Amino acid sequence: MLISLAWHSLWNRRSSVLLTVLAISISVMLLLGVEKVRVEARSSFANTISGTDLVVGARSGQVQLLLYSVFRIGDATNNISWQSYQEIAGHRNVAWTIPLALGDSHRGFRVLGTNQDYFRHYRYGAERQLSFAEGQPFDDLYDVVLGAEVAQKLGYKLGQQLVIAHGMGNTSFAEHKDKPFRVVGILARTGTPVDSTLHVSLEAIEAIHLDWRAGVPIPGAKVDAEKARALDLQPKQITAFMVGLKSKIATFHLQRAINNYRAEPLSAILPGVALQQLWQMIGIAEQALLVISGFVVLTGLIGMLTVLLSSLNERRREMAILRSVGARPWQIIALLTLETTVLTLLGCLVGTLLLYAALLLAQPWIEQLFGLHIAISALSSYQLQLLGLVAVAGILVGVVPGYRAYRNSLADGLTIRL
Amino acid sequence: MQDMAIELSGLSFAWPKQSPILQIDHFALPRGERLFLQGPSGCGKSTLLNLVGGVLTPLQGEIRLLGQPLAANSARQRDRMRADHVGFIFQSFNLLPYLSLEENVMLPCRFSRLRAERARAQYGSERDAARILLAALELDEPALQGRSVCDLSVGQQQRVAAARALIGSPEIIIADEPTSALDSDARQIFIDLLIRECDATGSTLLFVSHDRSLQQAFDRSLLLTEVNRARGGESC
Repeated sequence: MLISLAWHSLWNRRSSVLLTVLAISISVMLLLGVEKVRVEARSSFANTISGTDLVVGARSGQVQLLLYSVFRIGDATNNISWQSYQEIAGHRNVAWTIPLALGDSHRGFRVLGTNQDYFRHYRYGAERQLSFAEGQPFDDLYDVVLGAEVAQKLGYKLGQQLVIAHGMGNTSFAEHKDKPFRVVGILARTGTPVDSTLHVSLEAIEAIHLDWRAGVPIPGAKVDAEKARALDLQPKQITAFMVGLKSKIATFHLQRAINNYRAEPLSAILPGVALQQLWQMIGIAEQALLVISGFVVLTGLIGMLTVLLSSLNERRREMAILRSVGARPWQIIALLTLETTVLTLLGCLVGTLLLYAALLLAQPWIEQLFGLHIAISALSSYQLQLLGLVAVAGILVGVVPGYRAYRNSLADGLTIRL
Repeated sequence: MQDMAIELSGLSFAWPKQSPILQIDHFALPRGERLFLQGPSGCGKSTLLNLVGGVLTPLQGEIRLLGQPLAANSARQRDRMRADHVGFIFQSFNLLPYLSLEENVMLPCRFSRLRAERARAQYGSERDAARILLAALELDEPALQGRSVCDLSVGQQQRVAAARALIGSPEIIIADEPTSALDSDARQIFIDLLIRECDATGSTLLFVSHDRSLQQAFDRSLLLTEVNRARGGESC
């Protein structure tokens, strides 16, 4: 009975009710959306690297090693010798390795020296392999393979020539101008740091540094690009390498062996564990986002409260009529609480629908722009909890106008003094 | 005592920190009577209605509705008494704009099981009762069907309010200046229809108005100032 009264009354004020529901549903959409993006960002982050059992570099903290080897952020503390790399790569439990030589850049994008194994063994996401959008892996000494982001931002096409700069920075003064590279391949988008990387061979890294010492060109020691081909280009050092094992059981054993390696101080990390640790550090930002969207919901609820309270004065007569036909004071409270309940539940429902509509529309765009794949799935239990929380908060908010109307109707009785 | 619809004795009421607005030694309205209670605005009329409706409680004295003392009851019982036994008609804006004509008339049945049962016993269903009452008050034109109550003229609205007060045959009908928003023709039609329907249902009618010219149609008329000893009542 009260439900039908509440429904009719809301329908009668449908334009302001509609706006209120819209405000609530948008805030609900935002809350659920932020939570969704948070979860997806987290899993995408965890998907940056997969299939790799250990990452090995010079001795340092595991987050730092992860940052420079996988995310290409920051610099290595030290290099590791080719000899150590060869020794570990030859270990009986090691299935494959990917050497990584970092330090150079091209217009703000990192240049990575590696070998063909990179294209063969590197995995991200759900064990996904790198694939080529155009072209093929590097073959010649001066070939370069671009990540998707590099090719798109700089507008590079296959066959184009580019020059690698020494060190980092957008406008480096020290460029390897004498040895230009030719684009032979462009990788498909992965949503990982691979997209912003230029890949060349380890030998190429060696070649462009033949006539360099300690970060500056050696005066008068010019080595021609073509002459360099004839020289011994076996690298003496690399920055880090990734290891795939034949059996996961050997992981901890090998990790311990590398950490206790006698010839030089090395660190071996489990990428999954390091990712977890890194996420905990940057997780504060995601929490902040969630808190902000929580406040947006609060704003929506306060908006609803404002609308209901301001309409209350106009509705004093309505309450007096209801009282005159026998409505009890608690029924007045129940009527208004019921209204906010209906509004809140409608808002939750519409907000959820809006979220899915928005996800469907924005999914390809987000993937293109941020390399973040957002899976469209049922609401998680945490999202349902958030929804429940909003619903409860909305119903509690409804008690305020309910109580006001109750006080009004006690004061007014059957007559209205306006 | 059983044959008194409303009986007040030794009643006094004052708003907090004000001098008494109502002091009535004795007032009785026998069942079935149609009383015209006349009083200028601002002399305790609406306070009296709230007291009889059980929304306010007197400082002193006793109110009996249908022989039952009202003041002794709990708020819940007073609400129940009002819902079951009293139909109200106010000066204007009596209707809920978001309900249809019939739903407005059936509203008391939603809050009083007794009146719902009576309406069903008399006419078969609450909706039929509403329809028949609306027809009796000459509101059965097909043009009015499905119209919003806001589209009705004031006179039509007041007749819908009367139908609502009458549904389920409550023993007492209290009309508070129901005609003051009507022109004189509509006024006379309204009063005639109201009295006819009160006769049909056997309801006691307490008709409150400041307009002395309406009193001919009633069994008895009374000046509120005659029974109210309180001098105050500047504002009601």
